[in-house]
Amino acid sequence: MDILLQQIINGLTTGSVYAVVALGYTMVYGVIQLINFAHGEVVMIGAMVAFSVITALAGSNLPPLVIVLAGVMAAVPACMLMGFLLERVAYRPLRHAPRLAPLITAIGMSIILQHLALLVWGRNPLAFPQIIDNRVFGIGGAAISSVQIAIILMSLAMMAGLSWFVYRTRFGIAIRATAENVHVAGLMGVNADRVIAATFIIGAGLGAVAGVMYGSYYGIAHYTMGFNLGLKAFSAAVLGGIGNIAGAMLGGILLGLVEALGTGYVGELTDLCTWPMAHGWLGERCADGGHFVLFGSNYQDVFAFLTLILVLVFRPSGLLGERVSERA
Amino acid sequence: MSEVLLEARRIGKRFGGVQALKDVSLTIKRGEIYGLIGPNGAGKTTLFNVFTGLYPRDSGEVLFAGSPLSLASPHSVAAAGIARTFQNIRLFGNMTAQENVMVGRHVRTRAGVFGAILRTRAERAEEAGIRRRAAELLHYVGIADRADDLARHLSYGDQRRLEIARALATDPKLLALDEPAAGMNATETAALRCLIEGLRKDGLTVLLIEHDVKLVMGLCDRVAVLDYGEKIAEDAPDAVRANPKVIEAYLGTDH
Repeated sequence: MDILLQQIINGLTTGSVYAVVALGYTMVYGVIQLINFAHGEVVMIGAMVAFSVITALAGSNLPPLVIVLAGVMAAVPACMLMGFLLERVAYRPLRHAPRLAPLITAIGMSIILQHLALLVWGRNPLAFPQIIDNRVFGIGGAAISSVQIAIILMSLAMMAGLSWFVYRTRFGIAIRATAENVHVAGLMGVNADRVIAATFIIGAGLGAVAGVMYGSYYGIAHYTMGFNLGLKAFSAAVLGGIGNIAGAMLGGILLGLVEALGTGYVGELTDLCTWPMAHGWLGERCADGGHFVLFGSNYQDVFAFLTLILVLVFRPSGLLGERVSERA
Repeated sequence: MSEVLLEARRIGKRFGGVQALKDVSLTIKRGEIYGLIGPNGAGKTTLFNVFTGLYPRDSGEVLFAGSPLSLASPHSVAAAGIARTFQNIRLFGNMTAQENVMVGRHVRTRAGVFGAILRTRAERAEEAGIRRRAAELLHYVGIADRADDLARHLSYGDQRRLEIARALATDPKLLALDEPAAGMNATETAALRCLIEGLRKDGLTVLLIEHDVKLVMGLCDRVAVLDYGEKIAEDAPDAVRANPKVIEAYLGTDH
């Protein structure tokens, strides 16, 4: 099996999920400079709602694709409503408060949503029913499953749709104007409240689909899944340059690739037996094709955050972000 | 239709211990170019910001087109028909020139998320109309060929023009220009002068704050002079120039 190609495929899959979630962070940040830490939880609730619907319908005779679609159709409006309520209840009253206040509120909302999910769906991991026949295709020595293909294609479609919306429509122009200068946009008749609410709703809707994709990819949903996924997607948004929509897409896919390639090769690269200094007791362990691996694939999460740290050190505004001085 | 477009009555504004404006009253008539001059710190920009709703006033009232000017929401002043440009240019730098002008149309149109996504026939027609109007305005101010360039890539003079186009997109009755010639070279100033004269010809009322006294005197029908927050003169340019109080304010008593 071709590890490189395989890990690229896996990386593209998780990376496109990160990218879609990262869009939710970056759009909200672009408009009100708030890091909505509860976004990961919105994604989690999207997965949970879809799980409930899919499980409820799994016994029926409906075609599997219809069932999954019904799950998505339930998750998207549920999350949109949640995004709307979050902004209205938690963030709008703090619009003019010092920036730390809404940030702490975001963390608080994240905890509240997590525990709401805990109350509703319980503390055990929920297994997504495997209703879709997950066919696997071989390409060039690697394997790609129909779920992976569906995730990558759907993510690309959503990213293209959002780009069209933001760059080609009038409301998109209003969003970008608000992001650049909320005051002047207001003088021009752009209703900032509506634009801000819209970014929350759109981000949550995208997040809902991402949650369903993530859940069906790993086959599992859990009330804490939003934390790690949210943190990775947030890293992706920062990696690409937070506030920048193209940056979030690029950052998400890059992060997925780095993570997958890192995970795929870290064992091989840190196997001391392949190093020239393998003698003495180490030589004995290595004899007959033995291994002494320092870091295994359980170090997966390290790569995402290591990348984030490196980017923050060498290019604090992110890959596509503007230099900070230009914003001031 | 009354001859007076904007009437300010005894406007007062205080910043901490500084009385920035003291009982300033003035009237701007329809179709005229009204100049507002004064030494640095005289309160020109403060008065301007009161008219355009940026600052709440402490006292006095502003009547615009016969009714009190509402400051209920940030864009209610624009909706009433007052558009402005900024002394320090405030364009949306990462948007194209055309998009900047399109934002100005928001005052006169409704843009909704669902309309934008669903692409109803009415929505498409309105959006096409906005694009067309934006193109016309860019042509009007003379930067039609820069429509697709990012605003921050335009030259300084073109950015000033773009700001005027964006302000015109709100269909104003009164266009307020805050030091439009600041930082311009002689050629750019001359071109700006032509543009403003064209605006008057097309029936627009213009309020002009400007440091360039020559430009103001050459362009304006009437000029008001502010000094230490008080209006010390309001008259035709020649009369203002001859006014001893104005000479004193600008040159000091020793001269």
